[in-house]
Amino acid sequence: MTALLRRRTPLAIVGAGVLLAFVPALGLPAFYDSLLYLILLWIVLATSWNILSGYTGYFSFGHGAFFGAGIYTSATLMARWDWPFLATLPLAAAVACALGVAVGAVVFRVKGIRGEVFALLTLAVTFVLGTIIVNTPIDGGNGVSLAAAAVPKLGPTPSATFYLLALAAATLTLLVAWGITVTKFGAGLFAIHDDEDAAEVMGVPTYRYKLLALAISCALAGAAGGMHALFLNYVTVGEVFTITVPLSVVLMSILGGSRHWAGPAIGAVAITLLLYSFTAANYAVAGKAAVGLILIAAILFMPEGILPRLMRLLAARRQGAVAAVAPAMETTATAAATATAPAGEVLLRTQSLAKSFRGVKALAGVDVEVRRGEILGLLGPNGSGKSTFINLVSGHYVPTGGSIRFEGRERAGSAAHRIARAGIARTYQIPRPFGHQTVLDNVALAALFGGGLPDPETARREAMTWLAFAGLQDKAQVLPDALNLHQRKFLELARALAARPRLVLLDEVLCGLTPAEIDDAVALVRRIRDQGATVVFVEHVMRAVMALTDRVVVFDHGELLAEGAPAEVMQRPEVMTAYLGQPLAGPDAAPDTASPGTPPAAPPPAGPAPQAGLEARHA
Amino acid sequence: MSGFTWPSATLLAQSVLSGVFVGALYGLLGLGLSLSWGLLRQINLALFAFAFLAAYLCYQMAGLGVDPLATLLVIAPAFFVLGALLHALMAHFAITPFNSLLVTFGLTGIVEAIIQSIWTADFRKLESSYAEHRWKVASVYVPLPELITLAAALVLSFGVWAVLRYTDLGKALRASAEDAPIAAAFGIHERRNALLLAGTCSALASVAGVCLALGFTLAPSQIYAWVGVVFAAVMLGGLGRALAPLAAGIVIGVSEAVTMAVTAPSWAPLVSFTLLIAILLLRPGRAA
Repeated sequence: MTALLRRRTPLAIVGAGVLLAFVPALGLPAFYDSLLYLILLWIVLATSWNILSGYTGYFSFGHGAFFGAGIYTSATLMARWDWPFLATLPLAAAVACALGVAVGAVVFRVKGIRGEVFALLTLAVTFVLGTIIVNTPIDGGNGVSLAAAAVPKLGPTPSATFYLLALAAATLTLLVAWGITVTKFGAGLFAIHDDEDAAEVMGVPTYRYKLLALAISCALAGAAGGMHALFLNYVTVGEVFTITVPLSVVLMSILGGSRHWAGPAIGAVAITLLLYSFTAANYAVAGKAAVGLILIAAILFMPEGILPRLMRLLAARRQGAVAAVAPAMETTATAAATATAPAGEVLLRTQSLAKSFRGVKALAGVDVEVRRGEILGLLGPNGSGKSTFINLVSGHYVPTGGSIRFEGRERAGSAAHRIARAGIARTYQIPRPFGHQTVLDNVALAALFGGGLPDPETARREAMTWLAFAGLQDKAQVLPDALNLHQRKFLELARALAARPRLVLLDEVLCGLTPAEIDDAVALVRRIRDQGATVVFVEHVMRAVMALTDRVVVFDHGELLAEGAPAEVMQRPEVMTAYLGQPLAGPDAAPDTASPGTPPAAPPPAGPAPQAGLEARHA
Repeated sequence: MSGFTWPSATLLAQSVLSGVFVGALYGLLGLGLSLSWGLLRQINLALFAFAFLAAYLCYQMAGLGVDPLATLLVIAPAFFVLGALLHALMAHFAITPFNSLLVTFGLTGIVEAIIQSIWTADFRKLESSYAEHRWKVASVYVPLPELITLAAALVLSFGVWAVLRYTDLGKALRASAEDAPIAAAFGIHERRNALLLAGTCSALASVAGVCLALGFTLAPSQIYAWVGVVFAAVMLGGLGRALAPLAAGIVIGVSEAVTMAVTAPSWAPLVSFTLLIAILLLRPGRAA
């Protein structure tokens, strides 16, 4: 059903474009052509902005700069070198695109530039560019007049020509914006929106995707700028490089719904018509106030926008008619036939792996071997470097020193998405699902990127298998918010497995679960190994460690303290000291490894000597 | 960089001085923004609109014969209430910092429209006896309105700094900014404090507005002219710190004034925005 819809959507866009192309033939006054032109121009601007900002959540306030770059490219070519108008448009797109890529190549490299920082930065770029243009011969401070440039005869009148051009641009932009949402690229962008780090760890090349989205967005805005230059006929910096363009597109997209390809277009039509009706009635000032009011109301009462709200209403009405969307699947996961190599071979080897944070040594050079087919327990008190180890191996952190060899290839310093593709998957201790995507799509994303599947449809089918494996097949269509902690942990597992990794890093999957749930999870981890993956298991729940692991390594203060068979290692005095404190210490030294669900206020288990406590948990 | 010339020593000194004065206004406008961003997690763009509204009110009352500085007795409390009300609204909806930027931008548009419908889009200049006073100190001119601005910026910045640093209220505010639920668990009346702070930020903006009216011509569209450079000062100084916006504002003001003296006035925005870009790229954590 969705596949059918997909083929209909582009046809509908093109069909609407073709129908609207007959409007000039109606012979309406030129004034209507111009109004329609403005609506279409804003559709192009808002929709192109949305490709980066709406899909990924990187709200750019620099759209005016890219639009302006297009305007001034076309204006300069026409006024100074007498280029024909249409020939300037590809160059306007190219210049804006190059500018966007240059900005993005710097900005996207710096971690932490998101939200308001990204908005401010891109706004500052707008003003810097404006200042440079007004002070150089490009503008010279007086503006550029295009009175001499000829308007090509595409329509019966010049205003019809502009209308038709804008119509073509809007059709193209909407096709691009829609097309992105149904591709792997789009799935990656939406994942970046919800949790960029998790997306990267799951194999989404976040940097490249953001840059590509920005490049497409800028090229479309630049082409629109080139077109608008001739429409304006006289361009000045003061009117181009302002805060008006970015704020208008933000407003339109938020009003319409920035997570949907058609949202910004709906917002553009509404706002342009509204402003026009106020201006036409000589209430331009009131129009300004009305736009402010709408912006406030939209954010406070409808933060998702008109379109998602309408779709939800429609969906609610149809509910019940829709049966399980997913195709029936046998619950047994098709065993990933990746365990071809003999068990016991070294799969992952770290040597002198170290990580410091501003001088604090989180990991001080550890050598760990993980053998194919085993479940390796990674133990140690809080702060001993277990999570740092996981973050290093999964590529989230860049090591300060040492090497990480996976299947014989050096991976230290590789980007996280490359490591994910290479066959390493991880879970997060506190589950980090993509909040705006269904449980099915969450898992499909991992299959799509980590698993290297070609398109979202295939990935969804693959994902159903893993949802069934984790026992979540009934929850496929709900949002992660509707899951309880136990289910979210299993969703983490399903996501990790959907990439068909050879190595799975499980970061405290049992933490916070009830005893019964722990039993479920232990059985699941065992099945993960049985279907071919190797597991590194970070855990505090000793019962599970003893039941599951083939070998354990113990970290303490960022160093490797012990290694060997679980029962033997846990009896070593240095391990007990590290875990439980000095045997002679008072009850205060009670293990912070006590069952994690225990509320902190509960008194530590009274009395037993550390060793007794340990053994009790073995049993 | 066409038109690059070395200015005379007098011109340079006058530039630096006017940079200090305009920087003081940047600092005063930035003070409320920095506090509300850093301590309340709200990027209150409407403070610029409030400053201009206060400036126009001051202009209006001065036209009736009231001393411009005396108008603060009415204006500052009024804007305190306005700011607290705005905060109550935003707190009720629990909006994110980014959305607070958009909401207060919408409000700025509304205030701009109100100003334009009352006082028109024409430029207005407050005529007062203050503007007639200026002294010549060793070949440079020191105008009184600017001196008042500098004094106000210094007094208010140091006053806020002392309150934040030494009083229980200040400590409570800083604790709430760090972790509101934990602060509340320790008995801090977080909502009341936040209202108090939001009102203060707004009142500070109104003082900046009166200073603006004393020294500058007013037009509704000018609201946006201050946004970029004041943001630069706030980011340069770091969020939630009382003395930083003033210090950073003066740095930016002086660099702009010297740029104008050495090249052309139209190059001035390049300084503040390049600085802003550099800070954001090098220290993005400052705004987090």
